[in-house]
Amino acid sequence: MWEYTKTVKDHFLNPRNVGVIDDADGVGEVGSLACGDALTLYFKLDDNKKIKDVKFQTFGCASAIASSSALTEMIKGLSLEDAEKITNEDIAEFLGGLPKQKMHCSVMGRDALEKAIANYRGEAEKKVEGNIVCECFGVTDLEIERAVKENALSSIEDVTNYVKAGGGCESCHDKIQEIIDATLGREVKAKKKPGRLTNIQKIRLIEETLEREIKPALKKDGGNIDLVDVDGDHVLVKLQGTCATCSASQITLKHYVESKLRELVAPELLVEEVQS
Amino acid sequence: MNVIYVDNNATTQVAPEVLEEMLPYFNEYYGNPSSMHTFGGMVERKIVEARERLAGLLGASPDEIIFTSCGTESDSTAIRAAILSNPKKKHILTSRVEHPAVKNLFEYLSKNGYRATFVPVDRKGRLDLDYLYNHLSEDTAIVSLMWANNESGVIFPIEEVGSVLKEKGIVFHTDAVQAVGKIPIDLKNVDVDMLSLSGHKLHGPKGVGALYVRKGTKYSPFLIGGHQEKGRRGGTENVASIIGLGKASELAAEDLMEKNLRVKKLRDKLETELLSRVPNAMINGDIENRLPNTTSIAFEFVEGESILLLMDEFGICASSGSACTSGSLEPSHVLRAMGVPFTAAHGSIRFSLSTYNTEEEIDVIIEKLPPIIERLRELSPFWKKAQ
Repeated sequence: MWEYTKTVKDHFLNPRNVGVIDDADGVGEVGSLACGDALTLYFKLDDNKKIKDVKFQTFGCASAIASSSALTEMIKGLSLEDAEKITNEDIAEFLGGLPKQKMHCSVMGRDALEKAIANYRGEAEKKVEGNIVCECFGVTDLEIERAVKENALSSIEDVTNYVKAGGGCESCHDKIQEIIDATLGREVKAKKKPGRLTNIQKIRLIEETLEREIKPALKKDGGNIDLVDVDGDHVLVKLQGTCATCSASQITLKHYVESKLRELVAPELLVEEVQS
Repeated sequence: MNVIYVDNNATTQVAPEVLEEMLPYFNEYYGNPSSMHTFGGMVERKIVEARERLAGLLGASPDEIIFTSCGTESDSTAIRAAILSNPKKKHILTSRVEHPAVKNLFEYLSKNGYRATFVPVDRKGRLDLDYLYNHLSEDTAIVSLMWANNESGVIFPIEEVGSVLKEKGIVFHTDAVQAVGKIPIDLKNVDVDMLSLSGHKLHGPKGVGALYVRKGTKYSPFLIGGHQEKGRRGGTENVASIIGLGKASELAAEDLMEKNLRVKKLRDKLETELLSRVPNAMINGDIENRLPNTTSIAFEFVEGESILLLMDEFGICASSGSACTSGSLEPSHVLRAMGVPFTAAHGSIRFSLSTYNTEEEIDVIIEKLPPIIERLRELSPFWKKAQ
C-alpha cells in the first residue's frame, strides 16, 4: 500500500476543478491510455491575462489525479509567466510529497501546463525533438536529460520514477545510463571549466575541493589534511591526525587526494606531502 | 470499519479452528519434535498427524510430503532438485504467466547456464499446448506449470500435460498454491512429480508451505542441515504452523465441492451483476476452466489503483493487475501475456472470494462499485471520447 499524504488523499477523494472548458484559451494534453496515465488541462485568462479558470481531466492512479488537482489550485490567479515557473518539485511539495515511484505524476502535471501555455501562445506543438530512447513509454533522450538535470537524478531507477523511461522491457537501460553519465559529466565540466585557471583560481579551487570533498572523507577515519602551498602544479599538503601516522597514507594521498584534485581542479596536479 | 475481504488469492483468514489447534504449541507444548523425551515426542505425533491430513487432501502418501516455509521455498526446492539431479540437462520449461516464485527463478537460471522456454497463453489465458509439446526435448530437465493462475484463476490442464510428460520421462512440477483447497486434487490419478502449496492460501497460517515429492522422484534438498523431514529439508520444524496447515487441510477436504460451489455462486453473482451494471467491462480469462472463487474484471478507461483506493473507503479489499499498484509501470505480466489491451489491463480488478464471504457482502460490492467506476470515468479524458 502506498503511503500517501493527507493532502494527496484529499485531492484524490475531492479533486478540485474537474471538467472541460469549451472556450479555453489554452489546452494541454499529455500521456495516453497505454501509458497508464493521461491528463488534459484547460485554462481561461481574464482581461489582465491572468488565469481565471482552470479545469482538468485525468486518467490514472490516485497520485496522478491528486497532482492534477493540486496543479489547478496552484496556477489559478497566476499570470502565465508565473505559472510556467512551477516545477514538478513544486507540485510534489504542494502535496506534502509523493512516493518516489510516483514522481512521474508530478512531471505529467508540469508537462501538461507547458503544453497548454504553448497552445495559448500559438507556438507550434513542441516537436518531439530528440530520439526515442524508451520505446515502451515513448521517452526521448532530451526528456531524460532534462529530468536528470532538473531533479539531480543519478540512477536509472530515478529516471524511471520521474519520466517512466526504462520501466517496461528494460532494454534501454544501457542507453539511459549513458545519458545520465553524459548529462552529469557535462554538468560537472561546465562548472569547473572556466578556460585555463589563473593561479589564484587554481588555489581557491584546490582549497574548496579540500574543504568540501576531501576533508570530510578523511575526518571519518579520524584524519585530516592541510594545504601548505601550491607551487605550479605541485600541491603541497600536510597530513594530520590518524593520517599522519597511517602506513597507508601514501596510498591515501595518491589514490584519493590526488585523483580527486585532478578530477575536480586540473588533471596535471601532483600532490606531495611535506614533513613537519 | 467493516472489512469486506475479497482478496483471498493474496492471503486468507486463518480459520478459527486452525488457530485454536495451533495455540497450545507456542507456549504449552513447546517441545522439539526431534527430542527423545515424551514432551517432544507428543509434538512429533502432532506433526505426523498434520502430514497425514495434508496427504489426505492431496491423495498422496504422508512420506511424500515435505513441510517448508512457504510456496516460494517449495517452488525453489522442486526446480533446483530437478536440475541438480539431472546435471546434464540444460533446458527448462514453464509458462509466461507463472507467479514470480517460478518466473523469476527461471529468469535467473536462464542467465546462469540454462535455456528456458516460456510457453505463451492465448487471449483467454489458456496454455498453448502445441507450443509446449514442440519445445520438449531430451535436454529438458523440468517442466514447471502452475495449476491455477493467481490473477485470472484460469486452470491449466495439468492432468493432460502430466501424462504426456510421464511418457517422455520428463520431471513435472506444478505450483498448486492457488488450486489446493479450491478444486479437487487427487495425485493418485495425476502424473505430477512435485507439487507446491502454501498454508496461508487455504485458511492456514503464513510462514508454512509444503512440497509434495512423488515416491521415486530424484530429489536433492534445498536447505541442507539436520535430519528433519528425513533430511529433505533441514531446520527445526515450524511446529504450530505445520499443525495449523494440517488442520486447514482437513477443513478444506471436508465438503470441498459443496463449499466451493457456494463460493462459485457468490462469485458468479458478483460478476454477472457488475457486468450488467457497468458498461465497457469484461472478464479476463477462460470462464470455462477457472477457479470457483476468482474473477478478474477489466473496467475500461479507468485505472486500477484509483478503483482500489475508492473501494478501500468502503472497506472493500481487492487487488489489481494495474501497473500503479505495484510500483512498476506496466500492467501485470499475466494480463500482458494474455494480450489484454492496455486500455483494459490498467483497469483490471481481481476479486477472490472465500467460504467466509456472505451474500450481503457481495451485495455491498455490487452497490458500491458501479458509482466508483462512473466517478472515475467522469474524471477520465478518454471516457467521453469513447462514447
